[in-house]
Amino acid sequence: MPTRSVPLWRLAHGRSGDKGNRSNISVIAWEPAFFPLLVEQVDEAAVLRLFAFRRPTAVTRYLLPKLHALNFVIDNVLDGGVNDSLNLDSHGKSLSFLLLDLPVRVPTELAPRLRGPDASTTSKETTR
Amino acid sequence: MDVLRIGCAAGFSGDRTDAAIGVVDALVAAGGPAFLIFETLAERTLALAQLARRKDPDGGYEPLLVDMLRPVLARCLRHDIRIVSNFGAANPEGAARRIRALALELGLPAPVIAVIHGDDVSGLEHRAALEAAPPTSLDARTIVSANAYIGAEAVARALEAGAQVVVGGRLADPSLTVGPAMAHFGWRADDWDRLGRATMVGHLLECGAQVSGGYYADPGLKDVPGMARLGYPITEIADDGTAIITKPAGSGGRVDAHTVKEQLLYEIHDPTAYLTPDVVADIGDAEVDELAADRVRLTGVRGHRRPDTLKVNICFESGWQAEGEISYAGARADARARLAAETIRQRMADAGRLRVDLIGSCSVFGDDDGHLLAATGARASGDVRMRVALRHSDREEAQRLEREVLALYCCGPAGGGGVRTSLRPTLGTRSCLLPRELVPIRFELLD
Repeated sequence: MPTRSVPLWRLAHGRSGDKGNRSNISVIAWEPAFFPLLVEQVDEAAVLRLFAFRRPTAVTRYLLPKLHALNFVIDNVLDGGVNDSLNLDSHGKSLSFLLLDLPVRVPTELAPRLRGPDASTTSKETTR
Repeated sequence: MDVLRIGCAAGFSGDRTDAAIGVVDALVAAGGPAFLIFETLAERTLALAQLARRKDPDGGYEPLLVDMLRPVLARCLRHDIRIVSNFGAANPEGAARRIRALALELGLPAPVIAVIHGDDVSGLEHRAALEAAPPTSLDARTIVSANAYIGAEAVARALEAGAQVVVGGRLADPSLTVGPAMAHFGWRADDWDRLGRATMVGHLLECGAQVSGGYYADPGLKDVPGMARLGYPITEIADDGTAIITKPAGSGGRVDAHTVKEQLLYEIHDPTAYLTPDVVADIGDAEVDELAADRVRLTGVRGHRRPDTLKVNICFESGWQAEGEISYAGARADARARLAAETIRQRMADAGRLRVDLIGSCSVFGDDDGHLLAATGARASGDVRMRVALRHSDREEAQRLEREVLALYCCGPAGGGGVRTSLRPTLGTRSCLLPRELVPIRFELLD
């Protein structure tokens, strides 16, 4: 089956939250048909790789099939958290957008249902 | 069907102070039993309030208290819309007295105001328990505040006693919704499923416009109308705890399945075990349905027995944070900004870890140790703002960073402009768990 690579935000939206030195990031499918692709490709290993430069100690993924959503919990990823980090964004509010840029392979037959204008896709996007 | 409406007019200290007006308009128009809640505390807020109270024994409550209440207090009292909030912060009784004074200023009869006591565990009588509670290691730190997250029961009892306004300190955010529902429907404190459902409704409301489209907005992908006149959320909650989330008719914003899902999972870890003082809420099988425009129903939430312990947040003085920024633009801007950072790093080598950001190139995604920045190549040209930040226990040492950034004006690199620096005291936090019996909670009607 032919596939193409698109950024995750074309299949899902999400939000990050913080408690102490732990961040959680939701990934919510724009429609149920995308959910299996998220389950298959947006896994703990992929998220750990993406955030590796922040030296997290663990990533846990929770599935919410009735909401067509994933919830990632990333431990020790906030440089100590809101009161200890020197980051301007000490809450990690922006981190959902780091995850939402993850490249995901989508069957081309699903491509017409992707969100966002096709012209706005990133340079990471390729077909094969 | 008996429906209770609860509107939320603040999601944090510093939220829009005109938010309550549209919410109260909608509650009045709907008629029927209704509450207005304000959620104004975050991890740092209470410590800042405690510091304010040290300077002024009558202060230490939400600084915007009067701005929040003045536009709506008269209508709330006239239409029997009762008010529940944690805006008492470090001084709930002080807030209650200020609210009574505001009512008198507005020519209203003094309302019945309840004050919730017991969340503040910073006193010496609690010190041994805090030291003993894992994983705290306070050593000789200077504690600024220590507050237990407390639940809905005292709120419900205060409402049953006739309070028109209930003022607390560290009332847990969702408990602001659970308390009114418990009182209105007469739920027992161990009716775990109902408490779990109301808790997640409270969780949806507690950040204000985060559920009603504001924080959701991302133009071109997630368009939201009327961002400058957002409607704050209102729930219609039923006796079984299921609820509809909506917002005032004609207001800006959006309530749909996607805005609700984003907020439902906000700050959630294990979705089957969301711990609060009232219940362990479980959204593992939760569902959201769009019933109509800006009307979403939440179902399928369960609840489990509440934890035996209460979470305590302890804030202590942790030193000083200094920051400095300077801008570079045009050809080789990125390289000049990096040279500026390296220059500061060498001159501050003995002051500990220095964080560097190149705003416009690599900043908030980056880590304090600079791994991402180091892996990000310099761009040929651009418009970047170099930021450096450090923390130090000694004020003078931290302040040295401000002077070093300022000196870049003449010492270079070339074309650096717009220096801004700041220095502020910092607060650290730790949390621990205390057995419930060590944190007795009670309410008192203001005499």
